[in-house]
Amino acid sequence: MQAGALGGMFHSGAASAAESSSSEAAGAAVSGGAGGGAAWGSGSGGGSGSSMAAAAGPAAPPTCLPPPPPLARAPAPRPPSPRSRESRAAISAPGGGGHRTGRGLPPPLLTAFPRPALLSCPAMLSRLVLRAAPAALRALPPPVAVGVMHTTRPLHTTQQSLAPLPPLPEKGGEVRHGLIPEEFFQFLYPKTGVTGPYMLGTGLLLYFLSKEIYVVNHETAAAACILTVIIYGIKKFGGNVAAFADRLNEEKLAAVSALKNESIQALQTAIEEEKKEQWRVEGRTYLFDAKRNNIAMLLETNYRERLLMVYNEVKKRLDYQVAMQTLKRQKEQEHMIQWVEKNVVQSITPQQQKESIAKCILDLKALSKSVHAAV
Amino acid sequence: MSPRCRSLPGTSRWRSHRVMLLKDTKLMDVKLGQLGTWLAMRDFTPRGILGAIRRGYDRYYNKYINVRKGGLGGISMVLAGYAVLSYVWSYSHIKHDRRRKYH
Repeated sequence: MQAGALGGMFHSGAASAAESSSSEAAGAAVSGGAGGGAAWGSGSGGGSGSSMAAAAGPAAPPTCLPPPPPLARAPAPRPPSPRSRESRAAISAPGGGGHRTGRGLPPPLLTAFPRPALLSCPAMLSRLVLRAAPAALRALPPPVAVGVMHTTRPLHTTQQSLAPLPPLPEKGGEVRHGLIPEEFFQFLYPKTGVTGPYMLGTGLLLYFLSKEIYVVNHETAAAACILTVIIYGIKKFGGNVAAFADRLNEEKLAAVSALKNESIQALQTAIEEEKKEQWRVEGRTYLFDAKRNNIAMLLETNYRERLLMVYNEVKKRLDYQVAMQTLKRQKEQEHMIQWVEKNVVQSITPQQQKESIAKCILDLKALSKSVHAAV
Repeated sequence: MSPRCRSLPGTSRWRSHRVMLLKDTKLMDVKLGQLGTWLAMRDFTPRGILGAIRRGYDRYYNKYINVRKGGLGGISMVLAGYAVLSYVWSYSHIKHDRRRKYH
């Protein structure tokens, strides 16, 4: 019966350990986000533990997603209506996963974190929305449909496009001798050939001079000197100045395009980091398994420690009882022996004492005689 | 464009571009006989004149100056035109420096 009591103590101890472990499991589930408390809750305790852990399991919150990385907020300039449209389309869209976004209307700042349960390809989001929009609009009550209606029209209806401007042309129009556009020469080429414009120029010049439409005076001399100097300067330093200006331009362009390349590079690295984060998210399950294992081990250790403690305590108490009993028996035995001895000693009268002493002496004599005879 | 709108008589979307209005022709495409009519049709209001100046400036600017590697011809043509214009305006004064009276 004591073994039965011990067994009952162990089972209740185990049940209490399972209770405490399942409560800890609920705590761990809340912190770690694992809903698998029922798994090792049933493994550690008996049948009593599993029912309690199973009750604790659904009470734990469902899998919460880790906070989305900041890059997912980058396409935020999108107007909030597609988000709400997506949710409304999701409400009317058939298939599972709808209950997750069906918790009221999500706020418009809900970022573009992909929800694979909801739509297969997040890139097709807008197309799917546009296809589902009429069905969704019909499904909505009329006032809400009116509110949503005017957001489905395209916003930019002007000719203004967001494409970058076309680049500047490389070289300007051709100019011959710095004064006359090339188009003039091309205009006269079919009729007069290559020398036509020069003949025209010479003829005009002679006409102006001879008719004195162009008068040769002091200003002509001054113009001649000035133009000589200017043309000499241009011929000598023109190349250098042009190269210098081109270098300035190229430096500006290089700075700007370096900036552009840097930002492109930064965005590329950000994309890679994002992909890496997404890959890491897939490893969540392993992380939680490891955590669960750790917790299970801790709980097992704790349980065994307590078991040991219980065993020691019980052993101590039982040893005490055993020691008490042996002591009592010992005391009784001693007491009994003493009492018997006392009574026997008392019962020996003096007469008996003398007779016994005489008998002893006779016996001793007989013994000594036999010894002498033997020798 | 033209054969298609001939074959579809019911289409009202296609304007008849077969006949080019004189108003829309450019100066180089105007025939010599039509020059007077063409000039008369131009817009000579202040707004029209300003618009024409604006257009001419834009054309010259975008052709010779607003380029990556501009050359000397861009400004030298402007300066030469300025010189010629100033000579023309001061011809009545320069006339007196002529060496011969009869040409």
